[in-house]
Amino acid sequence: MEFDLKKIDAIIDSCGCEAKNLITVLQGVQAELRYLPTEVMEYIAEKMDISVAKVFSVATFYENFSLNAKGQYVIKICDGTACHVRKSIPILTKVREILGLSEDKPTTDDMMFTVETVSCLGACGLAPVMTVNDKVFPSMTPEKAETLINDIKEGKEVC
Amino acid sequence: MGYMYIDDMKVEFENEKNILEVTRRIGIELPTLCYYSELSTYGACRMCMVENEKGGFEAACSTLPRDGMRIKTNTPALIKHRRMILELLLAAHCRDCTTCDKSGACRLQELALRYGVKRVRFADHREEKPLDTSSKSIVRDPNKCILCGDCVRVCREKQGMGILDFAYRGSKMRVMPAFDRKLAETDCVNCGQCAAVCPTGAITVKDETDEMWKYLNDPKKMVVVQVAPAVRVALGEQFGLPEGANVMGKIVKALKMMGVDKVFDTVVSADMTVVEEAGEFLERVATGGPFPMFTSCCPAWIKYAETKHPEFINKNISSCKSPLQMFGAVIDELYGNDPERELISVAVMPCTAKKYEVSRSEFTKADGKRIVELSLTTQELANMIKNAGIDFANLEEEFLDAPFDMGGSGAGVIFGVTGGVAEAVIRECAKDKTNAYVKEMRDVGVRGKESMKEAVINVDGRDIHIAVVHGLKAAEDLIQKMERGEAYYDIVEVMACPEGCIGGAGQPFALNPRRDKRAKALYRTDNDMSMKFSSKHPETIYAFDEIVKGRNHEMLHVHYNKNEK
Repeated sequence: MEFDLKKIDAIIDSCGCEAKNLITVLQGVQAELRYLPTEVMEYIAEKMDISVAKVFSVATFYENFSLNAKGQYVIKICDGTACHVRKSIPILTKVREILGLSEDKPTTDDMMFTVETVSCLGACGLAPVMTVNDKVFPSMTPEKAETLINDIKEGKEVC
Repeated sequence: MGYMYIDDMKVEFENEKNILEVTRRIGIELPTLCYYSELSTYGACRMCMVENEKGGFEAACSTLPRDGMRIKTNTPALIKHRRMILELLLAAHCRDCTTCDKSGACRLQELALRYGVKRVRFADHREEKPLDTSSKSIVRDPNKCILCGDCVRVCREKQGMGILDFAYRGSKMRVMPAFDRKLAETDCVNCGQCAAVCPTGAITVKDETDEMWKYLNDPKKMVVVQVAPAVRVALGEQFGLPEGANVMGKIVKALKMMGVDKVFDTVVSADMTVVEEAGEFLERVATGGPFPMFTSCCPAWIKYAETKHPEFINKNISSCKSPLQMFGAVIDELYGNDPERELISVAVMPCTAKKYEVSRSEFTKADGKRIVELSLTTQELANMIKNAGIDFANLEEEFLDAPFDMGGSGAGVIFGVTGGVAEAVIRECAKDKTNAYVKEMRDVGVRGKESMKEAVINVDGRDIHIAVVHGLKAAEDLIQKMERGEAYYDIVEVMACPEGCIGGAGQPFALNPRRDKRAKALYRTDNDMSMKFSSKHPETIYAFDEIVKGRNHEMLHVHYNKNEK
């Protein structure tokens, strides 16, 4: 896959080339590409004069970085304590069922949806919570989730 | 500066960087798995814990000695703690000790024995990972890794490579190259220092002794072995002989007993390298460069330059083959055309990267046969001697085979230690070949264990600026310095391993002061030899006049191919 390396250069330039800025750079790249492609990590390593193994080490240490391409809509279902006791798992099961996904296969083949769980979004008062591309949807139910996904599929502006 | 109390003994400390160094100085060997004085302190294994006055634990490797401090190194609580760590490490470790390459030299095994770990209560639930045997020099077995990070730090801090690093986190954490690639797919230079520092069998040097035994037992093969300078001052350690003892005579005898047809000393071809490299250097002086001229003996350095500094390849780096390959060409010339018996040329080296060098396309004939078939390490030779049941310590000494039975000059011997190649080459450049000059050269500053040394010496009216580095990190720092225009050198010697070949990863593992003893032993050998100038040695003269016969370029020099993996 080809990537616009000028964009990567711009991100590195804005953060600074020192090794200490690696995490910021990786965050910037992930915001741009939604994940960290192998080629881009190698490019960053060379440009910032850090070993590729170190970049890989940092990228795999943090749960927040993804090494696999994610869908256009990233759905995060909170499974923190508050959301869990207010029945977040049935929501997760329903969403995966609709999209044909599982724990091992988080992204749909058409690259539309990625489904993940998070351990707490810090919005326990709104439990159970779900986010789509960082927009928060409170007090979810499996039915509301299904409607939301259908709305997205039909191209309605939801987030 | 101050006093502390270790196990109720009053102990003075000076500039020790941690308590561990203080305890070692007074003869208490605290257990460690992740501490090497020459690397940065990591503090991961928690084995070196000591108990303070309040009954709390402090890691000796990462605690500064304080005035009035009281610590105990061996209390029931500490023993319980250490035993627990070992038990947990063993629980997540493949425990096939009897079939492990590292058995007998494994730190984990040694400490488990020392602390009497009698049983492991926890089952190993890890999924078995495949071995990485892709490298020509190193085998990586992730199932035996205890995550001490020694390999990660030596690769990054000494070699500036960072091929290995931690990946993932928590219980999923592992040490691997980026993207879990195979070592052969990375820029790894095969120096093997990761295997040297690995306390377990997670990274080991490739074992090729079985191939060697096959050749030795095949009557249709003629096995000719050359032995590198650094091997003779390290092998004895494996057989209870004093550190730094020169056991070359015993090595020859042992090889003969195992069935080797002819044994030569790589010192002879080191002399040839000296003559060729000095000639090349003087020609550059006459024609104006390019400078600096880098030495070319170290295969890890060559591979490093190929990936990081391709501008030096076939240019600044001397075109001389390594002594191993020069002798390879000479041996091939002497015995390669026997219709009765096929020549198998073997080298015994302190080096793991030589295993890769002998496989390079430049050193392979058109029919695919390698000029030097095998490169065994010092450690592999020790294992073979043990296989054969030879009582090495009590062996009679045997001499080398003709036509090189004198075993070269003193200049060739010091190739095994950092600074040796540069010293030998400059020694050869001088018109005034007297022992007074050898003495002057000795004190000029190319000797010593520092990772970067520089010296200026006047050779026939011209000041020659010499730099000597060991460790590829030091080499890179020097190159950067030259690129910034802060330094100028005429000749630069680069060796990848600590203190040169004597600290090679194929040697029995050694930190200082053991490495220093090896260095001293090589310099002593040079001192004791009557012949100190390579080109004046009758064997060098014989090799050039009777074997090379003007084919210097074809036999002794190399043009590196591009994209060699």
